[in-house]
Amino acid sequence: MCEQIEGSQAMARVVAACRPDVVCAYPISPQTHIVEALAAMVRAGRPGRAQFVNVESEMAALSVAIGASATGARAYTATASQGLLYMAEALYNAAGLGLPIVMTVANRAIGAPINIWNDHSDSISQRDSGWIQLYALDNQHAADLHPVAFRLAEEVSLPVMVCVDGFVLTHAVEPVDLAEQAQVDAFLPPFAPRQVLDPDDPITIGAMVGPEAFTEVRFLAHENAKRALDRLPVLAADYAAIVGRTVPAIVDSYRSEDAEMLVIAMGSVVGTLKDAVDELRDDGADVGALGLVAYRPFPFETIRAAAAGRSRVIVLERAQPAGSTGVVGAEVRSALPGGPPVHSVVAGLGGRPVTRSSLKTVITAAQRGELPELSFMDLDTGLVEAARSAT
Amino acid sequence: MTTQRLKFYQVGSFAVGNRLAAPDQRTVQARPDRANALTSGHRACRGCGEALGARFVQDAAARAAEGRLISVNATGCLEVFSTPFPETAWQVPWIHSLFGNAPSVASGVAYALRAKGDTRTRVLGQGGDGGTVDIGFASLSGMFERNDDVLFVCYDNQGYMNTGVQRSGATPPAARTATTPALGPTPGNPFGQGKDAPRIAAAHRIPYVATATIADLHDLEDKVAAAMALHGARYLHVLVPCPLGWGSASAETVKLARLAVDTALFPLYEARGGEVTAVTRLRRQPVPVEQYLRPQKRYRHLFEPGIDTATLDRIQLIADANIAEYGLAPEEGS
Ligand SMILES: Cc1ncc(C[n+]2csc(CCOP(=O)(O)OP(=O)(O)O)c2C)c(N)n1
Ligand code: SF4
Ligand SMILES: [Mg+2]
Repeated sequence: MCEQIEGSQAMARVVAACRPDVVCAYPISPQTHIVEALAAMVRAGRPGRAQFVNVESEMAALSVAIGASATGARAYTATASQGLLYMAEALYNAAGLGLPIVMTVANRAIGAPINIWNDHSDSISQRDSGWIQLYALDNQHAADLHPVAFRLAEEVSLPVMVCVDGFVLTHAVEPVDLAEQAQVDAFLPPFAPRQVLDPDDPITIGAMVGPEAFTEVRFLAHENAKRALDRLPVLAADYAAIVGRTVPAIVDSYRSEDAEMLVIAMGSVVGTLKDAVDELRDDGADVGALGLVAYRPFPFETIRAAAAGRSRVIVLERAQPAGSTGVVGAEVRSALPGGPPVHSVVAGLGGRPVTRSSLKTVITAAQRGELPELSFMDLDTGLVEAARSAT
Repeated sequence: MTTQRLKFYQVGSFAVGNRLAAPDQRTVQARPDRANALTSGHRACRGCGEALGARFVQDAAARAAEGRLISVNATGCLEVFSTPFPETAWQVPWIHSLFGNAPSVASGVAYALRAKGDTRTRVLGQGGDGGTVDIGFASLSGMFERNDDVLFVCYDNQGYMNTGVQRSGATPPAARTATTPALGPTPGNPFGQGKDAPRIAAAHRIPYVATATIADLHDLEDKVAAAMALHGARYLHVLVPCPLGWGSASAETVKLARLAVDTALFPLYEARGGEVTAVTRLRRQPVPVEQYLRPQKRYRHLFEPGIDTATLDRIQLIADANIAEYGLAPEEGS
């Protein structure tokens, strides 16, 4: 049913339709509306016997999810920014233990300076935690990714982060076609855990592993993550068939098949990018867009195929590690050995809007061969100079 | 669950040997149907109080839960010595996640059971003093405050033993650890620090809090049974001497635990709903603290090269204060 609805409410509704057994969370903007809505639904007796747990920290939120998941419960949590970092130790643990927890990350910058607005520095900072990371393009996509995330997580026994741009998506009201309970039920079977704490069949979870087997454990985890990449489009297609709309799972390609230049981005900015591409095409520019949905595991093959034959690739970076190059761009570059030049454009940090006109400026500069390998979009040089001269 | 033929009997100066006790008074360990939750062959040091305590706690809890027990373990000696891959000493379903989150993980297990409608399976969380009173304290307090259906057991060996005997918030004054060396004008751990975890637990007004040691295993089992008879958040703080960290003889573990009680340095009590409801009075006149401290190398600087009477007096004052605060003085005539 199509509804005019806030992104957070839409995600909460679809998460509830996934019938989680345990939902636990700690408040942090811009994630709060999602868990508030879930708290209300659980109080109202939906879904079933679900437990909503108010905890004292994000570390506890994910730890409760770990205990619940290991006991065979479908577990869900959500966080953002500082909260995600506060969970960091438990993130690696959940992935290492192979627990299929699903978490929404309402993407937000990391302080200092403290900033509650959107960029991807939180989830990007946890790219090596072993979690699958999917980036939502819009609120319809954000809603649709959650059932897919649960199914994928449970199939490959890995936790999944659904990364959703804070405020830009979580707080935006737009039409979303919400799946019916029967549709979600048809897609998502009851959780059948690979391992479970059960007195009738006692197992030990979380043993200490030494040098004789640790590399093998990591190798198998790597293989398993790659398997997730194979399963993801299959599952997304299954869900798409049930709900009757496409659900991009690895990438979302837009007017890029014949494009000379390819612009790659993650999250809601892809929508703006598509508009910019349209306008540039109207002006005769030969450019296409590629929304990257699956960032972990990284789809090297897909990127290679998508970038084959392009003369230039631009990557919009929603996070920037000081003293290095763009994170996503570096991986795109490594997917294209001997390929076209790859430019990292740092854009939209801490909530700065990424506008069509700024995108067009950058893309046009690239066409003229004037875009450096790493640049900061819309950098206010006056402000920079003022700060420099003040110190 | 596996059973194991009875291997030994509990004996001691004031304890009744199992052979003499009536069957219903024998320890859970003396029963051929004991859960044997923590099997022999693990890698604990000889004379490890934590291994002994954990086995009794686990088996008593498993018995109370009719075998339906799930254990959650914090990082620390108990976790490390019991689960070197590919071996495990655990016969109960058991999970280790992190150092500082065991109470939360245990809560998660309890909520999962509730969501599944499983009212029979019970949850036990456990960790060392570091995992409990320091890094896991917020997690523990959250579990208490929500009154989650978890029994959490702290095996207090008064230091971070697994990482090589560093100071924790449970290390007693004057004790030498690797990070409170016996050097300088005030050697060892400073006075006036540390936290009283069982009292803080009780301040959450949870249904049950108790202290126990591995010197009186009947008492320990009874307290586990009392805790398991209740639901909601429960806490057991068990003193478990560590020969490695305390610098004591492996054969003296039980004796030292008994001396900690008999000196009144470690008071035994129960608290229900925040009120102290039962106190174990001393069996005879208090033993001077010196007798407890002298056999432990972590206190050697109090006795060599000369006797540090001033510090010994300060420790004695702590014991005396415990006697007054908890009413530990022995009954008349004992
Ligand atoms: C976050 C984190 N910090 C530090 C450690 C290192 N560490 C592992 S066990 C341990 C000490 C455990 O002390 P305690 O909880 O008292 O248990 P014990 O070994 O004494 O039984 C420490 C410091 C860790 N594993 N994780
Ligand atoms: S160091 Fe202490 S607590 Fe650890 S195994 Fe040895 S005796 Fe037990
Ligand atoms: Mg300790």
